[in-house]
Amino acid sequence: MIRRLAFLLLLGAGLATAAPDPGALKAGVLSPVMAAPEIKLQGSDGKPLDLASYRGKVVLLAFGFSSCGEVCPITLATLAGARKKLGEDAARVQVVYVTVDPERDDAARMKKFLGSFDPSFIGGVGTRAEIDAAQKSYGISSTKQVYADGNYTIGHSSSIYMIDRAGGLRAVMPYGHTVDDFVHDLKILLRP
Amino acid sequence: MSGKKILWIAALPLLAVLGWAGFAPLKVPSHEELFEIPKGTFARRMAGDKVEILPSRIRLTLGLNDVLLLRNLDDVPQVFGPSIMMSGQSLRLPFEKAAEYQFACTAHASGQMTIVVEPEPVMPWAKVRWRVREWWENRKR
Repeated sequence: MIRRLAFLLLLGAGLATAAPDPGALKAGVLSPVMAAPEIKLQGSDGKPLDLASYRGKVVLLAFGFSSCGEVCPITLATLAGARKKLGEDAARVQVVYVTVDPERDDAARMKKFLGSFDPSFIGGVGTRAEIDAAQKSYGISSTKQVYADGNYTIGHSSSIYMIDRAGGLRAVMPYGHTVDDFVHDLKILLRP
Repeated sequence: MSGKKILWIAALPLLAVLGWAGFAPLKVPSHEELFEIPKGTFARRMAGDKVEILPSRIRLTLGLNDVLLLRNLDDVPQVFGPSIMMSGQSLRLPFEKAAEYQFACTAHASGQMTIVVEPEPVMPWAKVRWRVREWWENRKR
């Protein structure tokens, strides 16, 4: 009996130390939290894109382009999946996807592209100079690779920034995380 | 005393060390592996100094040192790993999957940083290998 009790105590202690902290984000956490840099762009909804207008919501900010065949569709499908899984709380999460390809992506094209994943997603478009400024503010790199036929693709940073409800740049989720990882972190960020 | 017996007596301490290295629990002082960009790094690079302040390849192990802690002590923002970091800011990045991660990094002359996350050493031989490598790398530091 005593031996069994000791075993259970040891097992409990082992589980207690192995259990991950439920309050810890799976994303990379920035500290101290600083205000998310503003970006001056047009939204795919036809309005000026103003991150400050989303105060009270958690903003997931990422960069990509509508002709992307690899990274962007996976990222957007993951973010759409996370919003779906959040249920009612999804109304307090805003995905903003800024193009790195202003030569091809205008508001209408981004709206159509993003809408195929989730109609609530907002795209960010603008001139080359405006997009460059937005990329610089968030340390986003992009490299154009031109094919022999003149067509091109763009390699780009694929992290997703998480901006908290007060407008603070709180965390960054590297590419490759699952729907459940996003749901986990969004639930924490949406707590009162 | 026969030669075989002497050999056994000589091998005993080695077996004891191997037994300890393979079966004793692995311990690390912290899950966090800290890397810092020192103040003045950007200025030095602008002056033409090809300073390499960080390893281009960082190795982490799940269950042990599986959290990357990046700190920007420089005067300017740096893209370090997956995020921009303002001056004085740090990024605590946990890993849960063993894989090789490629990130951009303005603190590297190459502009690239590789983070190799290895699985938790569970089997005795894996534990021995981990201890030997840690000892060897700490010796070089």
